[in-house]
Amino acid sequence: MFMKAIGVAAVLTLAAPAAYAQAPNDAQIAHIAYTAGTIDVAAGKQALAKSHNKAVRDFAQEMVRDHTAVNDQALALVKKLHVTPQDNPTSQALSKDAAAKLASYAKLSGAAFDKAYVTNEIAFHKTVNGALSKTLIPNAKNAELKSLLQTGLKLFTEHQTHAEHLAAGLK
Amino acid sequence: MITPRLLLVVLAGAALSAAPVSAAAKPRAPVTYTVTLKDMKFSAPPPEMHVGDTIEWDNQDIFLHSATAKDKAFDVELKPKARLWTTFHAPGTYVFTCRYHPGMTGTLVVRP
Repeated sequence: MFMKAIGVAAVLTLAAPAAYAQAPNDAQIAHIAYTAGTIDVAAGKQALAKSHNKAVRDFAQEMVRDHTAVNDQALALVKKLHVTPQDNPTSQALSKDAAAKLASYAKLSGAAFDKAYVTNEIAFHKTVNGALSKTLIPNAKNAELKSLLQTGLKLFTEHQTHAEHLAAGLK
Repeated sequence: MITPRLLLVVLAGAALSAAPVSAAAKPRAPVTYTVTLKDMKFSAPPPEMHVGDTIEWDNQDIFLHSATAKDKAFDVELKPKARLWTTFHAPGTYVFTCRYHPGMTGTLVVRP
């Protein structure tokens, strides 16, 4: 399961312990948050292409719309702050795992796909929310970036709850 | 033709309509209250509202929201940073949610 057992913070440490002996900087935090959003948009688009379940499709549409909104806001913010998001081992690990998941789910269909997608959405949001609250938000230096991350945390917490309710309704 | 008796009735009616209305009988002016949608939550509803009053829905989030009554009495789609209004014409208890974010809920109680 994508990032089921280990959080972003753990990935961060495992992926490059030397590079992340210190806390991530704002440019790295922005990159990680943006990457997480991009991953969920891609997962949502895959669900919209594959699922015929209205509740799952509505949820996927919500993910695409909301994460795109946050990422658009993030891009506007880094442009305003003249910050270039900095690629890093955590972002790379997230992207690599997400690509593997997309490939794996591409082989599924019907209820099996729906269940896999929704189950992973719960795990993904749980992990990202943990990383936001424990690592990314506490280490963000810029107030506007911190505020956007906090907004993201509130949104993603709602997404997690929505996914959990959705999973309970899937047979 | 106006008879003296009809004239008396008309004059009496005019006198009644011109009479000052007591404070208790004065019709209540409609009020507009604001419910904000911010940080994935509806703000607290007004403590008391009545038929004829209006709710201004103020979406301060960067996300698409809605204010949707569970009984379908109203369904307002709110783009990011948008404001829209709903006037209540019937008393009742209105439980509402955001269609896009089911965790967002609220209740309005509208009295006669």
